[in-house]
Amino acid sequence: MKDSLGRVQSILVLGGDSDIAAATVEAFRLRRTEKAILAGRNLDRLEARATVLRECGMTVETAIFDADDVDSHAQFFEETFARSGRIDVVLVAFGVLGDQERGERDAATAVAVARTNFLGAMSAAVNAGEKLRQQGQGSLVVLSSVAAQRPRRSNFVYGASKAGIDAFAEGLAFALKGEGVQVLTVRPGFVKTKMTEGMKKVPFSTTPEAVATAIVQGVAKGDELIWVPGLLRYVMLILKLVPRPIFRRLPL
Amino acid sequence: MIRRILQRPADAPLLGAPPYRREILSGWGGTPKSAADVFRIRKTADVRRAFDHHLERELPPERGSFIARGLGRSYGDSAQNAGGAVLAMAGLDGVLNIDLDAGTIRAEAGMTLDSIIRLVLPLGFFVPVTPGTRFVTVGGALASDIHGKNHHKDGSIQQHVLGFMMDAPQGVPVHVTREEQPDLFAATLGGMGLTGVITSATMRLVPVETGYMRVDTERATNLDDVMERMLNGDDGYRYSVAWTDSLARGKSLGRSVLLRANHATRDELDGAAERSPLAFSEGFGAGVPAWVPGGLLRRSTMTAFNEAYFRRAPLEQRGRIESISAYFHPLDRLRNWNRIYGPRGLVQYQFVVPDGEETALRRTFEMLSGAGCPSFLTVLKRFGPGAGMLSFPAAGWTLALDIPAGTKELDGLLDRLDRVVASVGGRVYLAKDSRLSPAMLAEMYPELERWKAVRAAMDPEGTLRSDLARRLNLV
Repeated sequence: MKDSLGRVQSILVLGGDSDIAAATVEAFRLRRTEKAILAGRNLDRLEARATVLRECGMTVETAIFDADDVDSHAQFFEETFARSGRIDVVLVAFGVLGDQERGERDAATAVAVARTNFLGAMSAAVNAGEKLRQQGQGSLVVLSSVAAQRPRRSNFVYGASKAGIDAFAEGLAFALKGEGVQVLTVRPGFVKTKMTEGMKKVPFSTTPEAVATAIVQGVAKGDELIWVPGLLRYVMLILKLVPRPIFRRLPL
Repeated sequence: MIRRILQRPADAPLLGAPPYRREILSGWGGTPKSAADVFRIRKTADVRRAFDHHLERELPPERGSFIARGLGRSYGDSAQNAGGAVLAMAGLDGVLNIDLDAGTIRAEAGMTLDSIIRLVLPLGFFVPVTPGTRFVTVGGALASDIHGKNHHKDGSIQQHVLGFMMDAPQGVPVHVTREEQPDLFAATLGGMGLTGVITSATMRLVPVETGYMRVDTERATNLDDVMERMLNGDDGYRYSVAWTDSLARGKSLGRSVLLRANHATRDELDGAAERSPLAFSEGFGAGVPAWVPGGLLRRSTMTAFNEAYFRRAPLEQRGRIESISAYFHPLDRLRNWNRIYGPRGLVQYQFVVPDGEETALRRTFEMLSGAGCPSFLTVLKRFGPGAGMLSFPAAGWTLALDIPAGTKELDGLLDRLDRVVASVGGRVYLAKDSRLSPAMLAEMYPELERWKAVRAAMDPEGTLRSDLARRLNLV
């Protein structure tokens, strides 16, 4: 259960071996969360993350979850919720960056990005949303991106997939509002993680820890949308108004 | 007819089952909301029908669970049940019997203290215990084992309960008295509704000559001063409470306004009061709009309010005549006063430390004022001895605070207060709690395991649950 100060008891992370996921679980742990379920494709990597958390006294389970295999999702959520009884927060943290240049020419590459970031996340969100609706309380946290706000020349394949899930999460928040379920969309700027390793740093970049802190606060406050860093909200507000011919030429 | 029953879709109620619908509920603090199927209970038999209907659906244990709810005046999450069923008892509000000779009333669980007072005051009686609001139900009063300003004299509600009827999903209705089922009685009074659903109760009333109070007011300059006055003077008053400034520092730490009273006798009244001494007057009433911006109550506004309240109070005033509602229930005049805390809501924190642990009490004051923790209504009071397994009151000092839920670093401060309170054998009040941890609960309530055993005997499969029960691993 969530307490009056917004602390939760349990969290399920899809894409549990990502840097943002690890930082977020740690941030929740520091606010009394006792139990985490880390789900993802690579059990070894999940176990490595789990071991660290267990040493800190947390109860941690790991589970196989393949975001791309949407047909397996219903069963995964059925079993995971049945085993745990209750899960307070579901964090949809998986995602791929994809190869922008290939994605522009090779349909399969582009579709693969959309399959994970949009279809996989949408399927996970619907399944998790339904489970949370049944249990009458819970938070669904969906990792979107600042890239979802306006397509940029340098990463619109990724941006389009995130735009899809971003829109879906916003709508799902409306649908679940009256059911005691919070849907929190998180729009971070450039985050320094293993996914973005080797990429050129851009302004308003942030860290997994900052994203984690913002998520924990957002869940506590019952927010529906957060930006990390918070200033991005206003930066993007302006950038969205920039006419296309100019926006295209901006070094973003 | 039979075919209709057989073909009933999963969510449609059984014939005769009370209607229900999904609703979002929260406590009076307005914090963590959760959705549940709410059954409107109008007669005692509806409770059984709701149980049977829900059990027949064979839902998983989390969803096939119940908790009773009265008027939702508990501050925290004790009367809500995320994903399960909530029995809304406020419609079960009839008087079953009033015995004027014995001075007792038998009322259904949803009847409020407000209705009881309106009913019995003209007959020369008052309720034995009232909290800061009249808007609590009999069932809720028992489940929280409520106390009032007279605890140092009269104890909590359980000292005045002669017996009650209770039903449980996996049981049959039982009549519980302290003599016949001492364990069940001790587990249910203060048991937060988790041992069964109370459907009616019989309690003793207090004979009064008038509906007025004779109030003495004193200003105390600091914590030592107010504690000394209470230790020396409380015996002369049936009711005693101190409003305290939790933000005052240094020499003024714990400065208070002490408000103590007895029921006024007829010859102490004059004017309109003398002409109708037993009339109930609820005073001027106003409401708070449905939405209020957050941050209205913050440290700066509260410091100003506290200063004004303290200065406004007379240094010493004896024998002021006040109506019952003015003395006991000033906040009831402001409907939905909890809304002034804005959308984030408020957190109530009430603890008791035993007699002899005044140093710990002082320490809590220092922590609160040191942290600049804004509490709008801070109330200090003395408790007499307590009883029961999860019941809150115990001989000593109790302090109640209400703090905006959005206050920065509130979680750490309250966790530290928990530790101070637990370390001296004190505890926090579950009817107000919304943030305690299971480990702390076990430390504060030594009879917890015994309570769990009694609970399990009444409800072996754990079909009685609440959000509080889940948060504190009670079931």
